[in-house]
Amino acid sequence: MKVRTSLLALLCAVGLCLGTAPVCSAADQGPIKIGVFLPLTGQNAFGGQLELDGVRLAHKEMPKVLDREVELVVVDNKSDKVESGNAVKRLIERDHVSAIIGSYGSSLAMAGGEVAEKGKTPVVGTSCTNPLVTMGKKYYFRVCYIDPWQGSAAATYVFDNLKMKKAAVLMDMTNDYAVGLASFFERSFKKLGGEVVAKLKYSSGDQDFTAQLTELIRLQPDVVFMPAYFAEGAIIMKQARELGAKFRLMGADAMDNPDTVKLGGKAVEGFMHTTFPYDAKMPNMSAEAKKFTEVWYKANPNKDPNVNAALGYNAYYLIMDAIKRAGSADQQAITNALAKTKGLATPLGELTINATHDAEMPVGIIEYRNGQRVYLTEVSPK
Amino acid sequence: MSLEMFFQHCFNALTLGSLYALIAIGYTMVYGVLRLINFAHGDILMVGAYFVFFGTFAFGWPWGVSAIVAVAGASLLGVLVERVAYRPLREAPRISALISAIAVSFFIESLAVVVFTGQPRPVLQPDWLISEWQLGNIRVLKLTAFVPVMTAVLVAGLLYILYRTKPGLAMRAISKDIETTRLMGVRVDNIIAFTFAVGSALAAASGIMWALRYPQVHPYMGIMPGLKAFVAAVVGGIGSVQGAVIGGVILGFVEIMSIAFFPELSGYRDAFAFIILVLVLVFKPTGLLGEDLKEKI
Repeated sequence: MKVRTSLLALLCAVGLCLGTAPVCSAADQGPIKIGVFLPLTGQNAFGGQLELDGVRLAHKEMPKVLDREVELVVVDNKSDKVESGNAVKRLIERDHVSAIIGSYGSSLAMAGGEVAEKGKTPVVGTSCTNPLVTMGKKYYFRVCYIDPWQGSAAATYVFDNLKMKKAAVLMDMTNDYAVGLASFFERSFKKLGGEVVAKLKYSSGDQDFTAQLTELIRLQPDVVFMPAYFAEGAIIMKQARELGAKFRLMGADAMDNPDTVKLGGKAVEGFMHTTFPYDAKMPNMSAEAKKFTEVWYKANPNKDPNVNAALGYNAYYLIMDAIKRAGSADQQAITNALAKTKGLATPLGELTINATHDAEMPVGIIEYRNGQRVYLTEVSPK
Repeated sequence: MSLEMFFQHCFNALTLGSLYALIAIGYTMVYGVLRLINFAHGDILMVGAYFVFFGTFAFGWPWGVSAIVAVAGASLLGVLVERVAYRPLREAPRISALISAIAVSFFIESLAVVVFTGQPRPVLQPDWLISEWQLGNIRVLKLTAFVPVMTAVLVAGLLYILYRTKPGLAMRAISKDIETTRLMGVRVDNIIAFTFAVGSALAAASGIMWALRYPQVHPYMGIMPGLKAFVAAVVGGIGSVQGAVIGGVILGFVEIMSIAFFPELSGYRDAFAFIILVLVLVFKPTGLLGEDLKEKI
């Protein structure tokens, strides 16, 4: 019975193909479906929502490619790894999407990546910076840089621009993101000729950093690199200030959150962190960044665009570009075209996908001055 | 290490230790009376801190008023938890009550995520508490002095309730023999509810202090302090209020000094804390001040 039905299905399929030749794949009829899996609820909802806003904005600007409508299929991965895998499975098996955008958060991206790899469907990550997301993956790409790049950029900025030669590291030793960034920073800073005087640790959930900070005050580094999340980062800033620390503190993109100022209060003064190279008030804005800022404000007059929105926007355009060059909405053709992306003009600069499927772009530097987040400059790591 | 640095570490340790002590006395009191480890203690601490957050930010009350409302609100929550989760299990084996306590803990945390969202929020710190004294290069927050004073006042108040009042007498009687106490005409259920009210008020008070020192509230903020305070209570001898204070201070000093003297091992501060716990339990299984008697208050 089972054999017979499948034979029948095969015959039908062959018939269909012959009937509609020369276009044969199902992906070549009707609208082109692009899946989106992002955390729209749960603890990462903040970033996921902004990235979705960016994707929607780009879709509104460019609703058609190859003379076919583009349809977005949005699935919430609920900030949960299991849900993330299910979301990608649904997009591939039920919606037969041509390509997928997502996700915010490296662990969510990795959970989805395994499924996409089996389903042979290309995925473009938005802000998942862990190297493992695309490592060894044929179908995963991203529009952001990776942590080693970011860590060395931080070291380059501190050493070259600020002329600081003595650094220390304070990191959450139970968090992969922090451990990775800290060691990349350390390696680059030493390579540049700087000295790393201490590498102090804490565990996730710790709220008292006074002992580590007192030790750091004794060692008198010029700068302390702390790749923390914004909540604990704000506590570290406050305690450092209370103890009278004179060194500067520097974080990474996980500190890039409007709540950093709210939680840190006066202690954020002089704090720096790395981020992606876009800001609504950045100096020397490129034409693409200006255009993005304008269309964003037209669509959301009361909300400032941020880098997550820009990344979502970029992910959509990257896929559209690949579809145009491939001349088809076939998953394999898009994947091949994505890998060859070169010099695509975007609000985050010229986007080139490298051999490890990451986007190479300069790293933005933020500093807090008079309680304001100021986009200072961009650095490329050495 | 210079002497100055050493003193700075001492003050840091004293602040942390007295916070642990403050949380631990609530733990130990409920245990002393009911022989129940109230795992929801840390979560009531969290709720207390949230009440202050909402009082100051949403309603614009002064900090002091919010703190009093928070303590009262947490007491009510404690009574409610006792009524719903522990009273029906009074006759059940002790392990059932323990499991119920764990369930309550998870329930309150998850509820807090739904109601308050997981986003950490900043807490208002009254200026007179966060300004600092400067002695040479040593910096001491006024809070550092305030927390131990607060702990001492609350311990004194607690000891007064236990040894000088009628409900206190009934609480001590319950800790010895619940059935006999009932036969003496004491309304045992009411007294136990009162115990929870006091315990939760202490939890809220410590939560408020904790949020002053580490000025953020989020739904999981109570877990780590709760766990550490539990260790402090066991080190000091669970059931003993004075022991909880000593245990808390010891724990604070061990954690800070382990980093001060072994900065390379700074990631292992919790390991140091738990090694102390193991050592105490090996050499004095009842804790430092725990007596191997029936009465444990």
